[in-house]
Amino acid sequence: MTEQSPSRLPAPRIAPAIASTTDPHLDITDVTKNFGTQSVLKGVNLSVAKGGTTAIVGPSGSGKTTLLRLIAGFEHPDTGSIGLNGRQVAGNGAWQPAHKRHVGYVAQDGALFPHLTVGQNIAFGLDHSALDGGRRAVRARVAELLEMVSLDAAMAKRRPHQLSGGQQQRIALARALARKPELMLLDEPFSALDAGLRVATRRAVANVLNEAGVTTILVTHDQAEALSFADQVAIMRGGKLAQIGNPFVVYTRPADRATAEFLGDAVILDAWMEGSLATCSLGGIPVRRPPAQGAVQLMLRPEQIRIAPDGPIRGVVVDTDYFGPETTVRIRLAPKSTAASDHRFPGGGEVITIRHWNASITKPGTELCLRVVGEGVAFPVEN
Amino acid sequence: MSTVPSASASQGSTTTAGKGKRPRPPFGVPALSVTAVLIALFSLLPLGYVAYMTAATGWDTAAGLIFRPRVGELLGNTILLILFTVPLCVVLGVGGAWLVERTALRGHRVWAVALAAPLAIPAFVNSYAWISAVPSLEGIWSGVLIATLSYFPLVYIPAAAMLGRLDPAIEQSAASLGLGPWAVFFRVVLPQLRIAMTGGALLVALHLLAEYGAFAMIRFDTFTTAIMTQFQSTFNGTAGNMLASVLVLFCLGLLVVEVRSRGTARYARIGSGAQAKATRLPLGAFQLPSQLALLALTVLAFGLPCWLVLRWVLLGGSAIWDAAEFIPALLQTLGYGLAGALVTTVVAFPLAYLAVRNPGWFSKTLELSNYVTSSLPGIVVGLAFVTISIRLLPGVYQTSGLLIAAYVLLFLPRSLVNLRSGLAQAPKELDEAARSLGKSPWVAFLKVTLRLSAPAAAGGAALVFLAIVNELTATLLLSPNGTSTLATEFWSKSSEIDYSGAAPYALLMILLSAPMTYLLFQQSKKVAGQ
Repeated sequence: MTEQSPSRLPAPRIAPAIASTTDPHLDITDVTKNFGTQSVLKGVNLSVAKGGTTAIVGPSGSGKTTLLRLIAGFEHPDTGSIGLNGRQVAGNGAWQPAHKRHVGYVAQDGALFPHLTVGQNIAFGLDHSALDGGRRAVRARVAELLEMVSLDAAMAKRRPHQLSGGQQQRIALARALARKPELMLLDEPFSALDAGLRVATRRAVANVLNEAGVTTILVTHDQAEALSFADQVAIMRGGKLAQIGNPFVVYTRPADRATAEFLGDAVILDAWMEGSLATCSLGGIPVRRPPAQGAVQLMLRPEQIRIAPDGPIRGVVVDTDYFGPETTVRIRLAPKSTAASDHRFPGGGEVITIRHWNASITKPGTELCLRVVGEGVAFPVEN
Repeated sequence: MSTVPSASASQGSTTTAGKGKRPRPPFGVPALSVTAVLIALFSLLPLGYVAYMTAATGWDTAAGLIFRPRVGELLGNTILLILFTVPLCVVLGVGGAWLVERTALRGHRVWAVALAAPLAIPAFVNSYAWISAVPSLEGIWSGVLIATLSYFPLVYIPAAAMLGRLDPAIEQSAASLGLGPWAVFFRVVLPQLRIAMTGGALLVALHLLAEYGAFAMIRFDTFTTAIMTQFQSTFNGTAGNMLASVLVLFCLGLLVVEVRSRGTARYARIGSGAQAKATRLPLGAFQLPSQLALLALTVLAFGLPCWLVLRWVLLGGSAIWDAAEFIPALLQTLGYGLAGALVTTVVAFPLAYLAVRNPGWFSKTLELSNYVTSSLPGIVVGLAFVTISIRLLPGVYQTSGLLIAAYVLLFLPRSLVNLRSGLAQAPKELDEAARSLGKSPWVAFLKVTLRLSAPAAAGGAALVFLAIVNELTATLLLSPNGTSTLATEFWSKSSEIDYSGAAPYALLMILLSAPMTYLLFQQSKKVAGQ
């Protein structure tokens, strides 16, 4: 379940959100993959429970698509092994080619066959002889699948190029679902869609896969998509999985600073750790399971920092960006007072970014009182 | 001749790499690579032959044969021919394309096809039509006239395709920066046509170097006609070989000049979103002169030759339709055309597949080797095959297999360019999608990759067919005894000044070429994304 601790990264300290099942659907062990001299995967371990939804999220070039292609069977791993339903499909001398794995795959642009109609696309993977009733059964199954992805049955006669991007993605999903795969791989299927359509299509796809009870792995570079789609998020960086956990855990308790910053905006402050209390320019903040004592870096999410009617922590608004429902406010915290020039009170004068709904109280130059809600996460100081 | 007269030749490489930049060899690459290397080595035979012959002759003999007044005269003729014909073709081709694509020319749809139509008339048929009407035609000016009328579509087609694809937003930006319509044309539109113009000009120049029939008919001596004369008198003389090596040097020089002048700039559309439709410049008072100019050009290049051929057919009456003569010629032409087209497509497939699925220096080198060969004149390839087969494999000399092999080398790029764009329509993602849907690699290849590239392969095969039907030089050199094709029959009749006897063959060649020319024209538009 958990990633083996990579040498330079701190070990994930957070307990996995999903307990290791004794019967994982997909089991990836120590997989590496090089392309020429370039090492793309440097030892990946991942296990996915039956019926679960896992998102692999990482910046482009982190190796996440390669991992998906290894699972699909389009590539061979250099070392390590991949097991599906307890059976070795790659590694340790075993090899099962893509067409025998029974794994659904939806590519970024849908990869619909341009020479076939929508109906023929969906029926492409169906074994016609295995279906009772021949052609009519195929047509019925196509209609059923179209309905499953909320598209009109009349669409079967259209050509892929006559469809919108979102419709193409749903057809690609229907095509992959036709063979009733137990594992579905989605390779950034929503990234080509525009913002509004992306959310709607993502929700529709998630519902369909949920109802069908298909184990799903989504690859994406969009952290919001990963957090909202999956019940297990794996963060990939530099060919390794930096952290695996449920969305809430990885967002609120990231394993390291890079993960924290990748998953969302983060306020990082120098702090002094004593016991389970970190002291910084925002005052004393509780930290669960501190990694070290003394000098640390403290991570807070911007939404944890609120504007209060009064209080000891003060800052002056530097500038703001107005977004309508909310405003991004950059605040310079009060400088360190000379009296407290103690190594146990580091920081002072930092500029932090928070968000607030009321633009009228955040005029530049205004002094605001601040208050921190919840716990912070401490990281050892990077040298 | 050789290379493909379409905008596709000027396309940049169309790789379909996935999201990663990492090379991922597709399945079956090692076996394909071996095949492709063998094909490339085979296609280097003519070049190797010329180099070997030049080296074996020895410097003194070679110099004696090369530095003599006769060669100087041929060189002067060839250079003058190129210097006059190429600029004329570029002016007519680009001007015609601009009128058709960018101005409010009445009937521009009809003109668009009419300007490509002269390509359906082989140059030697054009020459025959003119000389049968004006027997006094000869020398450089007649050569320039006939060559220009025959070859300007080679510039027109890519230029029109490119103009149709140019993003009008660029021109509008130029206008908003204060440029008038003429300034916009010369400073913005014309530079973007550079690839089409240099590519088209190279094709015209290579055709000029390779053409035998058209110039022999009007008694205008170029390297190719001189080599043919040498070959007919001494069969395999050193003098002919030396002329051939000068001709090859000339060709290679042209290739280098074209690569240099093409530059490294890419003229791609930047940004996304739908492209606006181009606005057409109102012609106003120039409408009538433009119509008259295009009419004159089309009449001279297409109407007149067609009418003259028809006139000879009518004059000849039923006597010239000797079934015993022209039916075998027609059948043999069709046979060679179909066989050559099929073999060329099959041979081109591994090269195209490697170039699209596994792009890199390896596939580039392979492509370059047969690109160079196919720009060599048919006479050089013919000469090389004659000599090599007689010396090494006497059994294959004057067999139809050898002739088809020569066709393959000469016309491979026509098929290759088409197959490449066809395979680009079948990215490996589709292949993988098929495999993830439970199809084995072979079934996925057949049902997706092969199926999707089939129309392009057929288009390429049609172009090879067209080229073979109109091929004269290599066919004269290599065809088995007793072979008669439309081109060779036409040639022997018209050489005997039997103009009406030759007319049916000319007519048949034009009729066979017409649909292919239309296909080529359509294809150039499609490649340009219209």
